[in-house]
Amino acid sequence: MKLVVISGSNVGTKTRTVMEHVTQTVMAQNPDIEATLIDLAEVDMVFADGRNFTEYTGDTGRVTRALMDADAIIIGTPIFQASIPATLKNIFDLLPTGAFRDKVIAMVATAGSAKHYLIPQQQLQPILSYMKAQVVQPYVFVEEKDLLRNQIVNDDVIARLDRLVEDTLVLTQTYASIREAKDAAYGF
Amino acid sequence: MNESGNHQTEPTNMMEHLGFASGQGLQFGMYSLGDHLPNPADGSRVGAGERIREFIGYAQAAEDAGFDFVSVGESHQEYFASQAHAVILGAIAQATSTIRIGSTSTILSTSDPVRVFENFSTIDHISAGRAELVAGRASRIGLFELLGYDLRDYEELFEEKFELLNRINREESVTWSGQFRAPLNNAEVLPRPAQDPLPIWRAVGGAPTSAIKAGLAGVPMVMAHLGGTTSSFRPTVDAYREAARRRGFDPATLPIATAGFLHVAETSQEALRGLYPHINEGMKRTNGQGMPKQLFAQAVDPHSIVNLGSPQQIVEKILHQHEVFGHQRYIGQIDFGGMPYDKVMKQIETLGSEVIPAVKKYTASSENSHQSSASSQSAEEVSR
Repeated sequence: MKLVVISGSNVGTKTRTVMEHVTQTVMAQNPDIEATLIDLAEVDMVFADGRNFTEYTGDTGRVTRALMDADAIIIGTPIFQASIPATLKNIFDLLPTGAFRDKVIAMVATAGSAKHYLIPQQQLQPILSYMKAQVVQPYVFVEEKDLLRNQIVNDDVIARLDRLVEDTLVLTQTYASIREAKDAAYGF
Repeated sequence: MNESGNHQTEPTNMMEHLGFASGQGLQFGMYSLGDHLPNPADGSRVGAGERIREFIGYAQAAEDAGFDFVSVGESHQEYFASQAHAVILGAIAQATSTIRIGSTSTILSTSDPVRVFENFSTIDHISAGRAELVAGRASRIGLFELLGYDLRDYEELFEEKFELLNRINREESVTWSGQFRAPLNNAEVLPRPAQDPLPIWRAVGGAPTSAIKAGLAGVPMVMAHLGGTTSSFRPTVDAYREAARRRGFDPATLPIATAGFLHVAETSQEALRGLYPHINEGMKRTNGQGMPKQLFAQAVDPHSIVNLGSPQQIVEKILHQHEVFGHQRYIGQIDFGGMPYDKVMKQIETLGSEVIPAVKKYTASSENSHQSSASSQSAEEVSR
């Protein structure tokens, strides 16, 4: 199974801190998984210009290809102006409409205020559904107070992330076996 | 922008010009994108030279089998062999004698309309008046970089060049200026084609927006479809005719062709099995994404626009499509995704003996009306 973890912002460290923890959790739960962390602050992405994803070059080409090849994706996003950052939206714009068909996607949000709790559901999930993802229903919402100097200091957040990773892996395997059985039944 | 000049002569009735008004029934054709993909069964791939000669062999076989039209497209990327599609069409023109020959599509956005017209006018002479040109915008953009164009001009490049191409076709001497090419001053673009005018179509994807542009220009339309239900493409056809009408063209003078996957086998299950790996693996290589089995399995439905199944099922589907669209020509893509030569030849033979005669029989002598009564009956049979 290929799993990509995205840290969706090119500013700050909170999302990066949480997504690094998520990546380690994935590897701890199942060392056979090929897990990759993509931090959008560390890659040089161009804005989407409408071309097919296979025709981007450099980091943009590598990131789009990694996402298209993934079986599961865990997206970490900060909340900017009551929505996702432009860096993350650009990732979706680079991909074709049905890009997330047969992929399981989980969401993690970091925010300065609890008032943003519904933003992942209202701003991010509709995009993922439109792109045909199987979205893991629970998501983890991390506040600034849960972090201190690039560490998660709230045990409950760690427990919630553990459960999110577990749900993501179980659902990915489950959907894969359902699909396998269904594809075999078509007989072609 | 461009000088429109005084060229408002009565537009040619393309329906008559292309012989669609003669009551011979729906025209049947085959097209290749010019792809050069491995056979998914064993991963083997013929050489580029062999692939190019295959196109010529298919054209000859299609002519013998009673097809009306054959065409090859232009694509400038990995897994394609028909970059110089006009050269291939010249060879096909020489190798055949009655079948009409076209491009699906010529990527006009990245070519000089003068050179394109010269090429196709020449093919028209080699073939003694059998050439047609289908102009498209390219679904992939590698060629913009290769040929030195800016992707930001994607829309305008095509529109300007398409307008100029049509001017060159209508006018023996052209005075024109635009953004993307040096001005023309009483330029005579030669040779003048054998047919006057050269049939020029606009390639349209499934969406109505591009069909509207074809309608507004008053040019025939080739509508491509990858999959989906037949009725979902009706709005595109309606938008085309409505746009033409609004601009003062009579839709009854404007032919429509439809284009999509075609695969015949003894049963629909065998057809699914025979075609799926080619489409799935081929699309992965050319588009980056395969075709989900669930979607593909729906192609057996009588109302699916994918013409896949037994000869009888394919006949019924095409008649249903003819009832819905009232189109004049259907062209099938048979050779996509590394389909071996002998299998494609077998397809051509079966289509020629079992599908084309039936389609023509049920659509003949009703071409002047968009709704054929013969096909209505057959369509009722399949609609259940």
